[in-house]
Amino acid sequence: MSAPASGLGLAQIGKSVIVKGELSGSEDLYVDGQVEGTIALKGNSLTVGPNGQVKASVEAKGVVVQGKLEGNIQASDRVELRKSAIVTGDISTQRISIEEGAYLKGKVDIHKTDK
Amino acid sequence: MKLFRGSSGTETIPVQGAQKLTRRSSGLGELSRMWESAEDLCILDLGSTSPANIRHFTEHGHRIYSEDLLTASTDPELLGKNEEGSVVLDSRKFLADNLVYPAARFDVVLCWNLPDYLDESLVKPVVGRLWSVLKPGGMLLAFFHTRDAGPDSPCHRFHIVGTDVLEMQKIVLRREARRGPTGAIHTAISEGFQLQRVFNNRHIETLFRDFASIKFFLARDNIREVLVVR
Repeated sequence: MSAPASGLGLAQIGKSVIVKGELSGSEDLYVDGQVEGTIALKGNSLTVGPNGQVKASVEAKGVVVQGKLEGNIQASDRVELRKSAIVTGDISTQRISIEEGAYLKGKVDIHKTDK
Repeated sequence: MKLFRGSSGTETIPVQGAQKLTRRSSGLGELSRMWESAEDLCILDLGSTSPANIRHFTEHGHRIYSEDLLTASTDPELLGKNEEGSVVLDSRKFLADNLVYPAARFDVVLCWNLPDYLDESLVKPVVGRLWSVLKPGGMLLAFFHTRDAGPDSPCHRFHIVGTDVLEMQKIVLRREARRGPTGAIHTAISEGFQLQRVFNNRHIETLFRDFASIKFFLARDNIREVLVVR
């Protein structure tokens, strides 16, 4: 899957970019480079691209992983692990989708929020 | 106990084999009666990451931990030499990096066929660690080949598809892709993990001697299912 076309409401960290620190924002984020630290995107989505290497705790509305993510994931809505995903950490979310071939080392905890 | 020394010696990125078989599992059936009537259990699945298993347990309201120990055991950094100069795996390092949980955490541990395919140097340390991470009364399910199995018995991953039904999928490993002399990338597909040994009943009882009880289920496909209680 190629990187999404840049547009309004989607921030991108490209393949050659390395970021260390706390990332937060109020728009969706696509990471195809390296991120180390924390990622907080309450109400928005994080996508870790196929080249992405994230070593961070993640808090977001939705998380899609195609690359590597080391850290705990808290998603208020949904987590998707694509077949190339390598995830080490605990996942807490309302819904989860895991493709055949994805690798997970950690816990999956599903919590339903009352409507 | 029959030993089949050696490892597959391949890069360990499991590739999903196309063929899937189903088998009835008495051990799984007994466990299912327990987790279908209980709430918020903590389950440890030591096989390859299985979307089906994760879905099964989360839909029942349980928490599931997934940790592929067989793949983890092929980490090249575990290799070392013993006093005789033979290559062995460093069980201390293995347990420092894997199965790291607070004591008495799990209600159920699903070992599947792990003991049959795990390197000799890791089997007892891993079983010892599993004892400590199981709650008192917690249960562990493991599958063992009977003596009719040969060293070519394929290694499978197991998906729960029913109360007592498993789907078995042969594990095929892929060698690391290398660039050949013409510049083309070559990726050789090799057979999966090699059966390391065949336990007899006495050896299985010895392996789990620290557990409170052990129950055997013999199936027609020459697999012995073992359910132990901590």
